[in-house]
Amino acid sequence: MLEIKNLHASAGDREILRGIDLTVNAGEVHAVMGPNGSGKSTLAQVLAGHPAYEVTEGSVTYEGQDLLSLDPEIRAQQGIFLAFQYPVEIPGVSNAYFMRAAYNEIRKARGEEEIDPISFADLMDEKMKLVEMDSDMLSRSVNTGFSGGEKKRNEILQMAVLEPKLAVLDETDSGLDIDALRIVAHGVNSLKRPDNATIVVTHYQRLLNYIVPDYVHVLAGGRIVRSGGKDLALELEAKGYDWLLEEAVA
Amino acid sequence: MIESYLRGFERISASGGATAPDWARSLRLSAITRFETLGFPTTKNEDWHFTSVAPIAEREFELLAPPTHGVTAAQLAPLAFGATDWHTLVFVNGRYDAKLSSAAALPDGVTLVPLKQAYETLPLLVEQYLGKVATFEGQTFTALNTAFLDDGAVVHIEKEIEVARPIHLLFVSDTSAGAGTAQPHNLIVLDRFAKATVIESYAGLDGAGAYFTNVVTEAVVGDGATLTHLKLQRESEQAYHVGTLDVRQARDSHLVSFSFATGAALSRTNIYTELRGDGCGATLNGLYLGDGEQHIDHQTRIEHVEPNCYSRELYKGILDGSAHGVFNGKVYVHPAAQKTDGKQTNNTLLLSEKAQIDTKPQLEIFADDVKCTHGATVGRLDETALFYLKSRGIAARTARQLLTYAFAADVLESIELAEVREGLEAATLRRYIEQS
Ligand SMILES: Nc1ncnc2c1ncn2[C@@H]1O[C@H](COP(=O)(O)OP(=O)(O)OP(=O)(O)O)[C@@H](O)[C@H]1O
Ligand SMILES: [Mg+2]
Repeated sequence: MLEIKNLHASAGDREILRGIDLTVNAGEVHAVMGPNGSGKSTLAQVLAGHPAYEVTEGSVTYEGQDLLSLDPEIRAQQGIFLAFQYPVEIPGVSNAYFMRAAYNEIRKARGEEEIDPISFADLMDEKMKLVEMDSDMLSRSVNTGFSGGEKKRNEILQMAVLEPKLAVLDETDSGLDIDALRIVAHGVNSLKRPDNATIVVTHYQRLLNYIVPDYVHVLAGGRIVRSGGKDLALELEAKGYDWLLEEAVA
Repeated sequence: MIESYLRGFERISASGGATAPDWARSLRLSAITRFETLGFPTTKNEDWHFTSVAPIAEREFELLAPPTHGVTAAQLAPLAFGATDWHTLVFVNGRYDAKLSSAAALPDGVTLVPLKQAYETLPLLVEQYLGKVATFEGQTFTALNTAFLDDGAVVHIEKEIEVARPIHLLFVSDTSAGAGTAQPHNLIVLDRFAKATVIESYAGLDGAGAYFTNVVTEAVVGDGATLTHLKLQRESEQAYHVGTLDVRQARDSHLVSFSFATGAALSRTNIYTELRGDGCGATLNGLYLGDGEQHIDHQTRIEHVEPNCYSRELYKGILDGSAHGVFNGKVYVHPAAQKTDGKQTNNTLLLSEKAQIDTKPQLEIFADDVKCTHGATVGRLDETALFYLKSRGIAARTARQLLTYAFAADVLESIELAEVREGLEAATLRRYIEQS
């Protein structure tokens, strides 16, 4: 589904990603861990097409196409979804309007009819239950004045509505209490299908108790320094990252 | 050219002018003298620094626009957003039009009449206030307007009366306005504890050209009274518009003002209020939308004269093309005005490289125990928000349109009157979001 090869990316003249290789197949869950500033969010943003980052080397192939040549909205229309580490507040645009606009664009791209407001309301009802969100969040402006946990849930709500093929969750667990974490994880798990895949960026092994990964990758200094199975996360939890960084340097 | 106005004044006086009481005639006379002395302001004048009125000053406008009989009620309906139960006085090319007006069924204690009628029915009230709130000492356009004092609306709400439906003063210009000028003068008086919403609309109908509207509205808000004033400036795109709202507030009174400006080649809107009693509140909000070569200027002035008053001000603008916006927000806190609580914000969104805004907050504070803040931002669309929308599949163009509309959404939301709020929201939505 996704094949990242020797990916280098910079912001300004600063190189942040320095040769990432990663392959994700349909049905898989990959966890990406790593110390602060190692480039996890940059990787996620580059996949979504953020204009602040320039890819200087390497390639990303998604479903057989050159992902990097596509505009962000086209990537989304083709099934890529990024749950932002810091969801953006958009005062003046209601959550409901925003989600219906996004949903309709994605349906259009799939050659489907636009949804009418009433059917959309029903769909939202169902999806809001999944993330245990109150319906009054729909009439509020996108993420505006939402608590940290509400913003993260709103990201998962969008994911539930848009049903992406490849979801990248950037620290969706950070700042969540255990109940919220369970809700978010439940949301992600119930959206899992054999034909879609998830990349979970996280600092904490605890999330991986709920969203069980097939692979765990450790990102440090803009490179993947170690990949393994879900046990690697436990090892990192116990030992931290230093031993890996030392090994990588050695 | 001031000469053309002076000549016009002579001509009108010689022919006896329209019927008006003696005090009004002498007011006109001192106004024309003052106008002659002042002349049109240049950009050296601090109050006109960013706005050149040369296009107005250099033109010769027809002083008495010919009356028209061509305007129909159907043409006016959209200007009231389809509302049919407003108390409306209609003026066409500056002249009162009884047939198009519908001020019937007014509640007891409410008077809504054209100025000439008010001279008959409310002589004391008109004499007491007219020309007293909007003084013309240093104000060329007010002097000019007062010199040609003839038509306009008088609104009087007696004590403790709350008028449920809005009062609409609708000024339209049609093709026969030609290159004429209208100088309407309105007076709004709310006795103590009265409450009313007054909408002033200025609009060009299809085919209206480079006419010049110069309006002065004076408002007196009595003890504990609340005036909601909405000004909707939707003049024709070649027109010139100068409009002043001058308000005097007594203790515990409230003014809620909204100025929507989207029309005219060159417009200047003055919103002035004096908080002359303890415990007053003034909320001055506005939205200006410009495109092409438009020049849209707002000057607000809030005089905090007495203690324990608050003022809130939020002006937003969206400028495209080569449009030029000006916002000058003056707040004066007089020495006695302790515990003044003032907040002023002006945010402008520039959609093109050539669009331009001059924003000038101006706080002068002579009391020591006050809380006054101001802030201004000028910006382009937020790239982060654009990316967020795009990352959800929303096309770049749509994302841009959505954020443009959203920029104006909060200030529009502040309009309490549903018909106007929804009407302006829909108009703004149509303007910035193309329907697929
Ligand atoms: N737009 C940018 N411009 C300049 N530097 C950037 C930009 N984005 C990221 N960086 C820098 O690149 C490095 C990697 O940042 P990134 O956000 O990808 O890290 P991260 O692994 O997600 O960290 P965290 O765990 O704190 O979220 C950091 O040093 C960061 O300051
Ligand atoms: Mg990060």
